[in-house]
Amino acid sequence: MFYYTGFRDMTVGKTLWMIILVKLFIFFVVMKFLFFPNFLSTNFDSDEARAEHVRNELTSRSDKR
Amino acid sequence: MSDLTSIVDWSRLQFAVTAIYHWLFVPLTLGLSVMVAIMESIYLKTKSERWLYATKFWMRLFGINFAIGVATGIILEFEFGTNWSNYSWFVGDIFGAPLAIEGILAFFMESTFVAVMFFGWNKVSPRFHLASTWLTALGASISALWILVANAWMQYPVGMEFDPDQMRNVMDNFWALFSGIAVNKFFHAVLSGWALSGVFVIGVSCWFLWKKRNVEFAIRSIKVGAWFGLAGMLLTMYTGDGSAVEVTKHQPMKLAAMEGLYHGHQGQSLAAVAILNPNKDWNNDEDEYLFEIAIPNGLSILGRHDMDAFIPGITDIINGVDIDANGDTINTVSYQDRIAKGKLAQQALKEYGEAREAGDSALMASTLTTLRENYPYFGYGYFKSVDEAIPPVGLTFTMFRVMVILGSYFLAFFVIVLFLVYRTELLQKKTWIQWIAMASVPFMWICSEAGWAVAEVGRQPWTVQDLLPTVASVSAVPATSVMVTFWLFALIFTVLLVAEVSIMCRQISKESKKTLS
Repeated sequence: MFYYTGFRDMTVGKTLWMIILVKLFIFFVVMKFLFFPNFLSTNFDSDEARAEHVRNELTSRSDKR
Repeated sequence: MSDLTSIVDWSRLQFAVTAIYHWLFVPLTLGLSVMVAIMESIYLKTKSERWLYATKFWMRLFGINFAIGVATGIILEFEFGTNWSNYSWFVGDIFGAPLAIEGILAFFMESTFVAVMFFGWNKVSPRFHLASTWLTALGASISALWILVANAWMQYPVGMEFDPDQMRNVMDNFWALFSGIAVNKFFHAVLSGWALSGVFVIGVSCWFLWKKRNVEFAIRSIKVGAWFGLAGMLLTMYTGDGSAVEVTKHQPMKLAAMEGLYHGHQGQSLAAVAILNPNKDWNNDEDEYLFEIAIPNGLSILGRHDMDAFIPGITDIINGVDIDANGDTINTVSYQDRIAKGKLAQQALKEYGEAREAGDSALMASTLTTLRENYPYFGYGYFKSVDEAIPPVGLTFTMFRVMVILGSYFLAFFVIVLFLVYRTELLQKKTWIQWIAMASVPFMWICSEAGWAVAEVGRQPWTVQDLLPTVASVSAVPATSVMVTFWLFALIFTVLLVAEVSIMCRQISKESKKTLS
C-alpha cells in the first residue's frame, strides 16, 4: 500500500524509480546473463569437478607464469 | 605482457573502478541516513515545522543517492563469479556467509523501512515513522558490517581450516571473523561516512547562504552537519589509530609501504611530508627519501603505541627480522623461506590430489601433514622472487598522506565551521568562507577513496593475505572479455554518477526557491 500510494504521489521519485528499474534490468538481465556468467557453474557440472578444476589451477598456476 | 598478467591487470582494474564508484554512493547513505534520523527526532520532540522541513529536504537528497547507488555493489559479486572464480571457490562459505546475510538484511530491512520512511508520512504514527527512519539508518550500517567483515577476513584470514578435498577454506569459528581488524575497519568506514555527510550538508547549506535563500534553514543544517561531522571525524581518527595497530600486528608489509620504510628502527619516526626516492629498492643502499620532514618516534607511537618500539621496514620483513619490546632481535620467517614453504604446500596439495585418485591413504596422510605444516605460507609459492611480494610503495605512501592530510584538514574545517556558525553574521557575510565550504565537498570524497586505496593497494599482491595472491585468484577467462566488461561498466557507472549529480543539483535548486514561513 505504501508503495502504491507512494508511487502515485511522487514527482522526482518517478524519475528515480525509472533509474532504479532500468539499472536493475541492465545489471541483472543484460550484464549478468550476457557478460557475467558464473565461470565454475557454467563450465562444470558438479562440485567435485569444480574442486578438481580449482586444484589444477592452484597447483599449476606457478608453472604457467 | 603475458595473457595471465593481462587478465590479472584488467580484472584488478575493473574491480577497483567498480569499488571506487560504489563507494561514491555508500558513505553518503551511511551518514545522511543517521543525520536525517537525528533531525526527525528533534522534530518529534520540538514539533517545529522548520525541523520537519529540514528532515524532508535532506531525506529527499538521501533518497536520490540511495536510488542511484542501490545495487551498484552487486556488480562486485558478479565479478567474483566470473573473473575471480579461483578465489571465490577457495574462500568458500567464509566469504559467502557474510555476503548472504548482508543481501537478506539489505533487502528486507532497507526495502521495508525505506518505503515507510519515504511514503509513510501521515500514514503511520509519528513515532513509527521515526522508528522506520532510524531502522533504515541502522540497516544501512548493518549491511556495511557484513561486507567489511568479509573484507577484513581477506586481510587477516582466521576462523577457518583448509579442506583439500573440497579445495575450500571451511569456517570453523564464526566469531573469529570479528577480529580487531574487522571491528576497526567497520567503525572506521562507517564513521568516515558520518564525516563525509557532515561536509556534504555544510557544503550544500553554504550554497543556500551564498544564494541568500532560506538562510535560517541553512544555518540550522550547518549546525547539525558540523557537530555530526566533527563527531564522525574524531571517531574516524580514533578507529584509524586502532586500525594502524592492527595493521602493524598482522600486515607489517602494508604499514612499511604506507611509510615507504625499508630499514626500521626503535623509536621510528614518521615521515609527515616526504618525497620518496624512486631508485630505492629493498636490496640496495639508496636513501628512502629525497626530502623528508619527520615526526620523531611518530611511527612507533602510531603502530605499537610505544615511543621506543621497533617498526620493521620492507627489507627487515623480507629478511625476517623484528625486535621485541625488550629490544631483543626476533627472527621471523624470511620471504625466501616463505616462498620455499609455499611451494612445498602447493606440491603437497598436488600430490594429495593424485594420492586420493589412486586411493593411496598413506600418501594422502603424509602429504596432508606437509600441507598443513606449510599452509600459512601457501600463497608465497606463486612468487618467483621476493620482489613480487612487495605492494606498490609509491601509491600506498601517497594515498596514506592524502587521507591523513585531508582528514586533518576536515577536522579543522568542522571546528572552524562550528565557531563561525554560532556567529551567524560572519558566516553569512563572508562569501569566501561559503566558497571554501562548497569547494571542500569533493575533497571529502577524495579523502574517503584514498583511505580505501591505502587498505586495498597496501595489501597487494594478496586477495587473501599470505594464502592467495591475485595471480592465482583469477579465472582462466580471455583478457579481452574482461576488457569489454570493464569499459561497459565504466560507461554505466559514469552515466549513473552524472545522473546523481544532476538530479541532486536540480532538486537542491528547486527546494531553495521555496519560501519558508
